[in-house]
Amino acid sequence: MMEVRLIQLTKRFGDVTAVDRVDLEVGHGEFVALLGPSGCGKTTTLLMIAGIYAPTGGEIRFDDRVVNRIPPKDRNIGMVFQSYALYPHMTVLENITFPMRLKKVPKEVMLKRAQEVADMMGIGHLMDRRPGQLSGGQQQRVALGRALAKEPDILLFDEPLSNLDARLRLSMRAEIKRLQIELGITSIYVTHDQVEAMTMADRIAVMREGKLQAYETPDDLYDRPKNLFIAGFIGNPPMNFLDVEVVHQGERYLARRPGLEVAVAPERAQKAAGRGTVILGIRPEDVTVGQGPIQGQVYVVEPLGRDDLLDIQVGDIRIHALADPARRYAMGDSVQLAIDPDAVQFFDPRTEQSLLWT
Amino acid sequence: MDEHLGTGSRWRVAIPLALLTGISLPIAVGYIWIGVSTFSQRTFGLVPVDSQGNVGGLTLDNWSFLWEDPKIWQVTLNTFILAVGLTLGVVLISALAGYALSRISFPGRRPFLATTLILHAFPSVTLLIAIYFVLRWLAQLPLVGRDLPLIGGIGYNTLGGVILVSVGLELPLGIWLMKGFFDNISWDIERAALIDGCSRFRVWWQILMPLIKPGVAALSIFSFISGWNSFLIPYTFITTMEKSTLAAYLRSLLSDTAPVNYSTVAAVGLFQLIPVLLFFFFTQEYLLNIFSGGTKGGT
Repeated sequence: MMEVRLIQLTKRFGDVTAVDRVDLEVGHGEFVALLGPSGCGKTTTLLMIAGIYAPTGGEIRFDDRVVNRIPPKDRNIGMVFQSYALYPHMTVLENITFPMRLKKVPKEVMLKRAQEVADMMGIGHLMDRRPGQLSGGQQQRVALGRALAKEPDILLFDEPLSNLDARLRLSMRAEIKRLQIELGITSIYVTHDQVEAMTMADRIAVMREGKLQAYETPDDLYDRPKNLFIAGFIGNPPMNFLDVEVVHQGERYLARRPGLEVAVAPERAQKAAGRGTVILGIRPEDVTVGQGPIQGQVYVVEPLGRDDLLDIQVGDIRIHALADPARRYAMGDSVQLAIDPDAVQFFDPRTEQSLLWT
Repeated sequence: MDEHLGTGSRWRVAIPLALLTGISLPIAVGYIWIGVSTFSQRTFGLVPVDSQGNVGGLTLDNWSFLWEDPKIWQVTLNTFILAVGLTLGVVLISALAGYALSRISFPGRRPFLATTLILHAFPSVTLLIAIYFVLRWLAQLPLVGRDLPLIGGIGYNTLGGVILVSVGLELPLGIWLMKGFFDNISWDIERAALIDGCSRFRVWWQILMPLIKPGVAALSIFSFISGWNSFLIPYTFITTMEKSTLAAYLRSLLSDTAPVNYSTVAAVGLFQLIPVLLFFFFTQEYLLNIFSGGTKGGT
């Protein structure tokens, strides 16, 4: 178990700054996800932690040791890649024992540990096969087994599930999470899939264009997004954004735009009132279709199975809402919408920062 | 409609085939002549004849150099040493250089690649005189110049010198080839190996080299054959027949003044060809790999 700290970590490739002064702290045994769209610098960050890339600036610390100049082989890291990166000319057993052979682990210990790990991963019967003879899921288990068998201080994952089909991804997700909790190895998991990050991680570091946007628990990230990017990036279907003006009227606070006027919770609205135009964010699940003050027309219906996702035209904008499929909304239906007054978010349109959570 | 397509595609196969047959025919006839003439006193076209011009006259006399000229075995051994030396040198250096050029970013990498390519396009004949002076200089060096076992040394008039020059001339192609094979291996495998505890050298030797085996095989075969067949370099830089190679031996049979026994020349030529033919027969699959530039499938 180990604590990882990134201090003002920076990586430049020529003129491009891939990672820009990132500060991050991963506690003992913590599972942290690095989340962001492709090209945001998350994999670069991971490879710096692994020692493959040398940082241009800043520090990486394992516990109190600065490891910037320590080669990857001396960092005692286990890493799982999206492409599995198994050694095709070695059998499963040889793949799993390879790191231990390099560490000069005694043979009996090595074989015992390899068998344990393989059994744990459910690949114990495949030891003599070569990676080419295995399915994608099995290969990924071997890769995970190889990373675990060397008993690393830190586990790194680089989009390990992206090459698997949806079903397998779901079960591997659960397995990795369970393993991580059981073994308690400090883990850093890179993904562009917010569901993976939300479901597995203790904390999520959201990155965008090389910069750290937020570093919070999944719940905080979802309920208290710090800025417009996070609000839009986290959550599926994504949050609705409307330009509104918040006014104080008697006891109530109203969010207004042409063709739309809704009441919002005073404790949230206070921070947005009197600022001119602000951006109101509301998640589709917090928009109720049925009774309400907002008039709209169904633009398109996207059945998701458990819910129907409705795209509803309100004045000159469209709002996404989730509705019960039993209601059988159809294109062109006139509907009424209500917004949960306690679930609204407000953002400054200029700085894109949240007005509620700063 | 179908019928039309059918005939069309048949023609599409037939025409190139006919063309290729036409082009290959003279070469095939040449080889058939070599085969026939080595076993006959004379030939009339492709027909073996005796000294009077009657059909027949089959003989083994043309092969008598195998048991009558003791030099032939020394020369064959020399050729073999040259081919093996060339192969080892080219493969080892190309694999190391190809890895570095494929994986490591260092100043001058692109100019180096470009220069290598230009060097490959250079005809080696233009360099002969310059190389002569270099080898003359190398020959003065103590020990390595003239007094190494097996290869003689690395200077002028030694097998080692010829190997050195041949390796140098083969390298540009080899380096580009190896770089191509390394380029096709995913970075992740290398990263995984580094993280698993390999040094850079071990990654190269234990992980990457096994993965580019087809490339190494192709380059080895290619180098071996080019070493076995090489003529210009050994002929130019080795003056004593005992140190020379088969191609030069063959040349020595073609005198400008005395009448030439072409049947013997053909026999020596065929003798030289045997290992190459065997090689081709067993390795043509690998040899084709040289053009595909990497392994297919796998991770």
